[in-house]
Amino acid sequence: MNGNCFQDIQNDMLLELCRKILLIRRFEEKVVEVYPEQDMKTPVHLCIGQEAIAAGVCINLKKEDYMFSNHRNHGHCLAKGIDPKMLLAEFYGKKAGCCKGKGGSMHPVAPECGIFGTSAIVGGCIPLAVGTALASVMRGDGRVSVAFFGDGAVDEGTFHESLNFASLKKLPVIFICENNFYATSSHISARQPHSNIAKRAEGYGIKGIQVNGNEVLEVYKAAQEAILGSRKGEGPVLIECRTYRWKGHVGPDCDYEKGCRPLQELQEWTAKCPVNSYKDYLIRKGVITTEGYQEMIDKIDSELESALRFARESPFPEEKELFDDVYYMRK
Amino acid sequence: MPWTKVYIDKTEYEDALDEKGLRGISFRDAIREAQDQLLESNSNVFIMGEGVDDPGGVFGTTSGLVQKYGKRRILDIPIAENGLTGVAIGSAIAGMMPIFVHMRMDFLPICMDQIINHAAKWFYMSGGRVNVPLVIRSIIGRGWGSAAQHSQALHALFTHIPGLKVVMPSTPYDAKGLLMSAVNDGNTILFIEHRWIYDYVGYVPEDIYAVPIGKGVIRREGRDVTVVAISQMVYETMKAAKALESEGIDIEIIDPRTLKPIDEDLIFESVKKTGRLVIADVACRTGGIGAEIACRVSESVVEYLKAPVKRVNFPDVPVPCSPVLENAFYPDFNSIIDAVRKCL
Repeated sequence: MNGNCFQDIQNDMLLELCRKILLIRRFEEKVVEVYPEQDMKTPVHLCIGQEAIAAGVCINLKKEDYMFSNHRNHGHCLAKGIDPKMLLAEFYGKKAGCCKGKGGSMHPVAPECGIFGTSAIVGGCIPLAVGTALASVMRGDGRVSVAFFGDGAVDEGTFHESLNFASLKKLPVIFICENNFYATSSHISARQPHSNIAKRAEGYGIKGIQVNGNEVLEVYKAAQEAILGSRKGEGPVLIECRTYRWKGHVGPDCDYEKGCRPLQELQEWTAKCPVNSYKDYLIRKGVITTEGYQEMIDKIDSELESALRFARESPFPEEKELFDDVYYMRK
Repeated sequence: MPWTKVYIDKTEYEDALDEKGLRGISFRDAIREAQDQLLESNSNVFIMGEGVDDPGGVFGTTSGLVQKYGKRRILDIPIAENGLTGVAIGSAIAGMMPIFVHMRMDFLPICMDQIINHAAKWFYMSGGRVNVPLVIRSIIGRGWGSAAQHSQALHALFTHIPGLKVVMPSTPYDAKGLLMSAVNDGNTILFIEHRWIYDYVGYVPEDIYAVPIGKGVIRREGRDVTVVAISQMVYETMKAAKALESEGIDIEIIDPRTLKPIDEDLIFESVKKTGRLVIADVACRTGGIGAEIACRVSESVVEYLKAPVKRVNFPDVPVPCSPVLENAFYPDFNSIIDAVRKCL
């Protein structure tokens, strides 16, 4: 990582980014560890390898800013501030889960920290973020909305409809495309005529930026500028973050064994690990020591252990709750 | 009661309303007035849709509103129905109360992903933490060669989806009162209007009032046959009632007003009394709301039935264009008369 353009970032911020990126990595690794027990009865779409994007974007958001995400949402939710206890309890189908066991891994919410929904329909949440941004403009509340989605969502009409409308109305919404080059196991070259997603922005009259999604400070800087500008009324921005997922589309295993992706490609990307790369940078800069880094991991692990214990031990919903919350009842 | 009365011709309502000093306005004006009062009384309410601010004003139902509330709250939009439904949902999640207007119900299939996968499920999936207060107005119609993509009534599709409510008013009074309820309900509501009844006039109070969602109404009391009539079929059934009256056949007309949740108790009580049931709908037969009503009656009060249930529907074919084919396609009051006779 070339550190010169990141000189102005304060150490507190650098460390907080480190904590966020590590929280996501350790959380996902914990899921990989316990998933074979088959008590976590929900399909998990893991983001190992893509952590820098969630961390680098969300650290720039205020608590009340709106965030929407997709099926691969664990990292986004953790980075935006969801309580890992509530997230894990949701994965275990527990009443204390963030959706009372109604949503599972694909649909966490946490309105208290701006997470208003996660859709497992590809591209489904992009227009929702445009809608909260429209509400922000109508009310003048100064909030920014962020939509996380993958390169697969760029195939969908909602992506194009959303960029068009957001540009037309100059809405405060940031589109974060995590381009990991695969939709399930279909490579982007089989789905799109060219692989430069950032360029799509040009056609809609908005700014499009391409960054290395495995370098957290690159993501941080691009997101910071976009979010500040959008908050000032400069309209939407599309940020394409190039990255790679280490696990298969769903579940704790990798899919190269099944022939979904070449092993060599995976190895090239694991060598560009966003967590290690950032760790090396921080140590090189003297922001953290090897011991300090290990302490940070230990602290996160112990938090996650206690969250996991909470999730496992907390009660399931009662059967009668099946019928609750189909319709909102005005109080 | 003035608010349950259906007038099928002009002299009838003019006499009846004038006599009592009651105000009569059209269905179209009732929709416009409801929106006007909602916009005026609640800054979160806004209207969006293709052409909502144009001089035609969606068959006159939004006329004059852009002059009063401006282009921000009477929002013309790109022709991107699915994406813009998502935008409406997002704004609703943030606490706004959008009314999304579609000039034809045929455009709603474009929005199915956002309506069915998102709006309908957000409250449940979030464990009751995020609701979507969204009203989707859509307009159905018939005739003048509108053909297969401009005449569909798809209410039954939406009644199948948990999390949605489906409202289909037939009178100006209900149009205003139900739209008030729908916008304030806090859920996603399909509000379906039949263009053929836009000119019908009835009693509509000037004040803000609400008609409860999920409550049907008896339009005409009778002892021989229960006819459940949906939307514009209420008027055809009123005509049928007059003709049958001269033969000494006395039908009871139930207007459910809401199809989901449906007021099944009102229908059951009527069937218990008459022992015979006809359902008159403005849509195709298979998988329609008539099938659902007939099934519920057979599950709960079958012992009261003295004859098989009859349905008056569109046939299971797309809507044709030619006037000759159209005439053969659409049922009217004569079809209802036939169905009633077959029950006796």
